[in-house]
Amino acid sequence: MSTNQDASGGPNVRQTAAELATGDRTDTLLQTEDLRKEFGGFTATDEVDFSVAEGELRCLIGPNGAGKSTLLNLVTGTYDASGGSIYYDGHDVTDLDPHQRVRKGISMKFQVPSVYGDLTVRENARLPIQRFADGDERRRRVDDAIEAAGLAGYEHVDASQLSHGQQQQLEIGMAAALEPDLLLLDEPVAGLDVAEREAIAERVTRLNEAEGIAFVVIEHDTEFVANIADEVTVLHNGEIFREGPIEAIESDPEVQRIYLGGEH
Amino acid sequence: MATETSGAGPADAGDSGALAGLRSRFEGPNTVGNSRGFWVGFLVAVLALAAYPFVVGSYQASRFSLFLVYAFLGLSLSVVWGYAGVLSFGQVVFFGVAGYTFGVVSVNFATPAGITGAFLVGVFGGALMAFVLGYFMIYGGVRNVYVTIITLVSTLVLHTFMAQTAGDEWTIGEAALGGFNGMPTIPNLAFGVGGASITFSSMTFYYLVLGLLVATYLGLRALVNSDYGRVMVAVREDEDRTRMFGYDVERVKLAVFTLGGALAGLSGVLYAAWGNYMSPGVFELTFASLPVIWVSVGGRKTLLGAVTATVGIEFLRNSLGGELAFVIVGVLLLVFILGLPGGIVPWVHRTYVEMRSDGATPEPPEASAEVSD
Repeated sequence: MSTNQDASGGPNVRQTAAELATGDRTDTLLQTEDLRKEFGGFTATDEVDFSVAEGELRCLIGPNGAGKSTLLNLVTGTYDASGGSIYYDGHDVTDLDPHQRVRKGISMKFQVPSVYGDLTVRENARLPIQRFADGDERRRRVDDAIEAAGLAGYEHVDASQLSHGQQQQLEIGMAAALEPDLLLLDEPVAGLDVAEREAIAERVTRLNEAEGIAFVVIEHDTEFVANIADEVTVLHNGEIFREGPIEAIESDPEVQRIYLGGEH
Repeated sequence: MATETSGAGPADAGDSGALAGLRSRFEGPNTVGNSRGFWVGFLVAVLALAAYPFVVGSYQASRFSLFLVYAFLGLSLSVVWGYAGVLSFGQVVFFGVAGYTFGVVSVNFATPAGITGAFLVGVFGGALMAFVLGYFMIYGGVRNVYVTIITLVSTLVLHTFMAQTAGDEWTIGEAALGGFNGMPTIPNLAFGVGGASITFSSMTFYYLVLGLLVATYLGLRALVNSDYGRVMVAVREDEDRTRMFGYDVERVKLAVFTLGGALAGLSGVLYAAWGNYMSPGVFELTFASLPVIWVSVGGRKTLLGAVTATVGIEFLRNSLGGELAFVIVGVLLLVFILGLPGGIVPWVHRTYVEMRSDGATPEPPEASAEVSD
């Protein structure tokens, strides 16, 4: 099981930052068409056409209940879609199981930190990597993942002993260790202090720019969004409400209105 | 399966390279006992068990071998529940199906070769039953307590079914299933063909079971400390998270459930050969609940706990006898679930480690990995 890596099971060959800089950045990586999810009678997302370009860093914002987490869970396959399609890298992935989508290059960090508390930092970091790397390569990749998460020296500490911010860093490291093309982060800085937020912002930006990973980040903190995002998508009542650069979105009175709950 | 060498398993500095390398296959955060002291104790325990028949005689040894037979059933639940997080109340289903299968085949082909075949078919039958039941549950989206309910109901269904097989129409070749009265005259276990065969009874059966148990325990230790074992534990801890690392969670659960069926099946085959008898009693609620009690008391997340608690409780229950035994076992379950939910072996291990580190020099980081079981 551990070594049954096939062509789609391993890390994907990615464009480097240099290639991205000179190449065409508008290639679509992820595209949803008329994507819909109903829970009983409640429609969480409705006819969403959401797209992410290769190497893009897009933030997903919107009031509570707008359908942001639902949209990400549809992309990963954690939820089955009630209707519509999801295309990834030119292929229809709507009917694929979550683990098959991961092997195609989609990775996600859930909202609630869910590192394996009983395992040490090193054992946590090894888990995603052992699927496709063995021996010295595995050891090197695990070392790199721990280093990148800023957890060197914490290798043999149980993950449950880490601070909230360190756990978030470890989780991002574990998701990034899969060398995805698309990384989905659900509220990566919720509950963190300013320094920790900055560290995460720096990390995300570095992964995006240096390794060309495309990001979709759900976040409420507008400062954080403004700090990292190229583009912003606003969801409202399960539908795409606005899309555009952060400056335009921030100054849009309609966006302010839905965030303030229609008081104006 | 190659494992990472650095930090994979702490080995005492005094060990030679080869021994440390061998040990590291059986050691890791998913088992207790990752020190040289443990392995010395393990060896002593195995030698003591090997000497036991000479001390107590063949009758007591034969009686004790039943407790060792049950240990496979305890291990099957430890793997399925403790390591993969699936609380099955139906390990006795696979136990019973395998025992009956062994009985039917061995009665019809009562030669050493036939009985060898019956052994293999019996174990396979237990695994197949687990695979079929597991497939429909796991891929049907049945989870958590509903798995427990379905497996429990399966045992009761089988109990009802097997109890009504008294009629002549329930005869397969030479073998009558016998309803409530069960199947007597199941032959002793034998391996081999014709003259080159060995039949196992009392003393030899004891050593066969002991050997199989040691091998199974070590094999499972290697499994749970392997890459695959780490994925099993990850599935237990958080299925969605594990999927997001690209693992096929359903397949892992089904594989572990099937392995659990094979282990329970092995236990059932040995049980049928031990008593030369099989009856619907193995599907009764009291028997179905025993594995859960053994594993809860011993510590479901440790293989060692499953083995020691199974043998210990069954020894106690058998020695006390009668209704009193069940009352005591029931009290044990309550005490451990309320007072020591992790089980006795992890508690002993933790206490031992704490005692050893008190007053000792601070442990180096490598050593602390051992504590993280």
